[in-house]
Amino acid sequence: MAAAGAGVGAGAGALASFVQDFVAGQQDARAAEVAAGVKDGSWTVLQLVEALGSCLENTDPRTRGRGIQLLSQVLLQCYSLLQEKEVLHLVLFYENRLQDHHLVIPSVLQGLRALSMCEVLAPGLAVSVLKAIFQEVHVQSLLQLDRHTVYSIITNFMGTREEELKSLGADFTFGFIQVMDGEKDPRNLLVAFQIVRDLIVKNYALGPFVEELFEVTSCYFPIDFTPPPNDPHGIQREDLILSLRAVLASTPQFAEFLLPLLIEKMDSDLQSAKLDSLQTLAACCAIYGQKELQEFLPSLWSSLRREVFQTASEKVEAECLAALHALSACLSRSVLSSDTEDLLDSFLSSVLQDCRHHLCEPDMKLVWPSAKLLQAAAGASLRTCHRITRSVVPLLLEQYTKHPQSSQRRTILEMLLGFLELQQKWGHVEEDESALLSLRAPVCSVVFSAMTDPSVQLQLVGIRVLTVLGSLQGFLSPPDLELVVDHLLRLILHEEDSQSSEAAMEAAGSLAPIYPQIFSGRMVPRLGEELQSEREEEGSRAPRSLQQRCLQALAAVSTRTSIVRETIPVLLQHLRRVQKGSEAGNAQDVVSVCQSLHRVALQCQQDAESCWYYHQTVVPCLLAMAVQAAMQESTHPLQGKALLEEEALAAMVPVISAASTHLSPELAAQSVSHVVPLFLDGEVSFLPQNSFPCSFQPFEGGERLEAQRRLVALLMAFVCSLPRNVVIPQQERLLRELLALSCSCNCPFTATTAAKCFAGLVNKHPAGQQLDEILQLAVNRMEPGLAEGPHRTQALTLLLWVTKALVLRYHPLSSRLTDKLLGLLGDAELGPVAADGFSLLMADSPDVLHKGCHADVRIMFRQRFFTDNVPKLVQGFHGAGPDVKANYLKGLSHVLNHLPKPVLVTELPTLLSLLLEALSCSDRVVQLSTLSCLQPLLLEAPQIMSLHVDTLVTKFLSLASSPTMAVRIAALRCAHALTSLPTTVLLPYKARVIRALAKPLDDKKRLVRKEAVAARGEWFLLGSPGR
Amino acid sequence: MVGPGPGGGAAPLENANPLIYRRSGERPVTAREEDDELPDSIDDREIFDLIRSINDPEHPLTLEELNVVEQVRVKVNDAESTVAVEFTPTIPHCSMATLIGLSIKVKLIRSLPERFKVDVHITPGTHASEHAVNKQLADKERVAAALENSHLLEVVNQCLSARS
Repeated sequence: MAAAGAGVGAGAGALASFVQDFVAGQQDARAAEVAAGVKDGSWTVLQLVEALGSCLENTDPRTRGRGIQLLSQVLLQCYSLLQEKEVLHLVLFYENRLQDHHLVIPSVLQGLRALSMCEVLAPGLAVSVLKAIFQEVHVQSLLQLDRHTVYSIITNFMGTREEELKSLGADFTFGFIQVMDGEKDPRNLLVAFQIVRDLIVKNYALGPFVEELFEVTSCYFPIDFTPPPNDPHGIQREDLILSLRAVLASTPQFAEFLLPLLIEKMDSDLQSAKLDSLQTLAACCAIYGQKELQEFLPSLWSSLRREVFQTASEKVEAECLAALHALSACLSRSVLSSDTEDLLDSFLSSVLQDCRHHLCEPDMKLVWPSAKLLQAAAGASLRTCHRITRSVVPLLLEQYTKHPQSSQRRTILEMLLGFLELQQKWGHVEEDESALLSLRAPVCSVVFSAMTDPSVQLQLVGIRVLTVLGSLQGFLSPPDLELVVDHLLRLILHEEDSQSSEAAMEAAGSLAPIYPQIFSGRMVPRLGEELQSEREEEGSRAPRSLQQRCLQALAAVSTRTSIVRETIPVLLQHLRRVQKGSEAGNAQDVVSVCQSLHRVALQCQQDAESCWYYHQTVVPCLLAMAVQAAMQESTHPLQGKALLEEEALAAMVPVISAASTHLSPELAAQSVSHVVPLFLDGEVSFLPQNSFPCSFQPFEGGERLEAQRRLVALLMAFVCSLPRNVVIPQQERLLRELLALSCSCNCPFTATTAAKCFAGLVNKHPAGQQLDEILQLAVNRMEPGLAEGPHRTQALTLLLWVTKALVLRYHPLSSRLTDKLLGLLGDAELGPVAADGFSLLMADSPDVLHKGCHADVRIMFRQRFFTDNVPKLVQGFHGAGPDVKANYLKGLSHVLNHLPKPVLVTELPTLLSLLLEALSCSDRVVQLSTLSCLQPLLLEAPQIMSLHVDTLVTKFLSLASSPTMAVRIAALRCAHALTSLPTTVLLPYKARVIRALAKPLDDKKRLVRKEAVAARGEWFLLGSPGR
Repeated sequence: MVGPGPGGGAAPLENANPLIYRRSGERPVTAREEDDELPDSIDDREIFDLIRSINDPEHPLTLEELNVVEQVRVKVNDAESTVAVEFTPTIPHCSMATLIGLSIKVKLIRSLPERFKVDVHITPGTHASEHAVNKQLADKERVAAALENSHLLEVVNQCLSARS
């Protein structure tokens, strides 16, 4: 007992001295210690009040203020520990203090804020606190922070005591209006706007104060606020705009006051005010109904129309159209009572009345603004769409026939297209109601007339309209469809302009999945006939281009399994014919067929059935043809085989790859069990027409088998595209064979392909002992190969591809291989190739080692490669001899060129000096890649680049007279990009740059002159009025 | 040199709903142009490309869209270093004619090698005060004086700025 008493006594003593220190000694830190004492139970709040006793009653307001400040600060930390009774007394005390001297008020408010957060606040106290504040405090004469405290108290109570506050009725609203009236600080406004929004959204009684509440907030509209430079609070103009808009557009009760204000501000000279008004209008339409809008519709429409007709700003136009869309949607939504007029109808009437006649003047400026307004209104709802298309579409059809010029017809048809696209948005055409259906005949005849017009531009629009019509379910009748197919066929095969025929193919491609029967039944056979017949009467008219178009069209329409089953045999049949042919340029024909086959493969990927049909039809067929050609080559080497040329094989790679990437694991396993034995053991039994004169042994040595070895490309296309979980039979043996081939083959194509195939497999090989062994084997083959001998280039190629495979999957061995590569940069013979190899490492490769063929690619591998190796490159550069320095710069610029720009910008300061040095390098590739690296940096990091403006100007100007056109162009683009640096930095150079740029204006190459004109024009505008 | 300023904001447009024309596309790049060695001479289309995207001082449209400039009215002789451009005001009383001419002239002076002599004039018979405008545009000193006037320079620069 005694000990405890002594403890309490000691505690009381300490408390008293803390209080003394804080109040008289002005030691602010004591507050925290007092609060800590309350928290750990050394003393209670009551004891604190007792200890403060005399200062709270002191006659000097400063001392009283200091005392209350201490109490408030402690409460702010300890409010959750208070008992209900304590809170009651404290509240009464603080309320009473509100009448005290103005010096005391800030601390009193802090105390009340602490109490407003208490959960145990007795019912009725919240109301009494607010009443006291409303009554005693003139909020707007307080400092910003203290006003903020008042808002916080109100916010806290609104969060926890909603019911109580609502019992105050409209008095609460009125009290708050007085509190915020005249507020100027953006930080406080954000809170105040939030309170007003809550008042409205949570249905507090506004009573007779709706207009006052509107006035007290709308006086800030439109927001005119520019954050001060170095603003620590980070409040943007946009924050204020959005929070004020949330208030203004929160209730229809404001409509009668707000709409006139918006109409007035739309007329403002300030574009920001216009935009804000339009956006606010659109926001209001989400909650308004006919009643609110009725009175203002004519003025709103006339303002919107005026802006769209007159504005130069696309932004204003877009916002006007959005607002009109919202207005029409709002009117469409409103439920009509029987006795009211349908406002939508009269509104659309006035829109039509003001815009419709402009559509009849397809040459005049207002034709498009009018069409856009009508389309914005029509896009709002099914009703508006019907109403407007019913009126406009017949008019446009009539105008089309009235205007014979194709440029006018094009404008009219483009507008029609816009209206039809809106129809598309509302789904299928309803039989009974659609005005459009009754116009089927005239619409079709207009479209067909456009497609037969000599003007390509008109044809193009016609084709687009046709595509939209086709997508409107039930619009085109079967006889129409036959005509459609015939027109498309005519354009595809016989239209001279390639743009039109391409557009027609694209249209065929989008219509084919909707009408598969008519396309496979009518179009595919005709294309097949054309492919065949044209070879017989050769020489009459550019047969190759016609053939090309047939192939592309066949690919375009292959969008459904049923069509693919028709087109694939046609394509493969054609490929066989091409291969048998003997003319020169056959390889190009093979490539064309392969391109079409590739496109079909991509279109089949998503559908399992098509995918498997495609795979088991196309892959064996291609392999069989290639194997057969290779064997004939082995026996009769003089007969050139188109199919075996590098170009042709390279074109077959993506076909096989695309046919294999999306196979299900089971089917892939089935297929791999045929293909791998074909290459390892010459197992040809699964190929169609498999009676071959000799055996297929691509991995055997011997000069005569060179042709067979090239087919490793097809093996690569297949095995490197399989999903990672597919087990490859005899994989170790296959890897050893590939490794041997890649290091020893004299043919660069075959060696590179084998290296890529090896790399593709290694990348997907599961980690473990087997992988380590095979990699060790590879290293053992490579190292002596790189050191000396006839196959150094092959060894380097293998090194590059294996390094890439390992870098992509973050394999630990990758750093050793990369170091090897870095070492080779100093090699006189291999250095330049090694430097270009960095581009191979960083770029996406098109056929193997990319995500699409299931390779193991970590997303950040480029950044990681950059961090690991760039310091070494920089170090190597500084240590290198003058003849190989360029290799390091080239390697570096390849790495930088492939790095994501945001990463590059952050790494820039460390590398900039080296890049500037690279500009002086005489190697064209280094100059070019450095310039293309610097150009985006000038745009994105102007501040950092400003520091080097002197060097940059000098270098760019000197490179602008490089002997290489591409360098001159890049240097001038950089000189152009320099203008995005701060004007003050550039002005000292303006005269010099303008003088220097006069020379490239007379460059012998037009493309250089074009860049010079753009750059010089921009430099003239620098620091000049009107920029 | 020029009467009223540009028709901004409140002033009603002289010709609110003018005829508009389609823009020609970007000039396609030929294989010859990509060859480092072969020289490309400056031709009519190249000059037209320089001026077709100049903004009209009144409308948010280019001179090409308003048919104020046309490729057939551009004549260049690279060997003799001469350029002649005719422009056609949208209406015969267009008060912007001098300003448009000035913009074309300034654009060509900034974009062509110094060796060129640049002649800009109104298409004969298309403007009420054709002669007076042509005379102003041909007078070097008056052109230079006009560009000293910061208000005029501002309007010209706006016409020449790339449209955002």
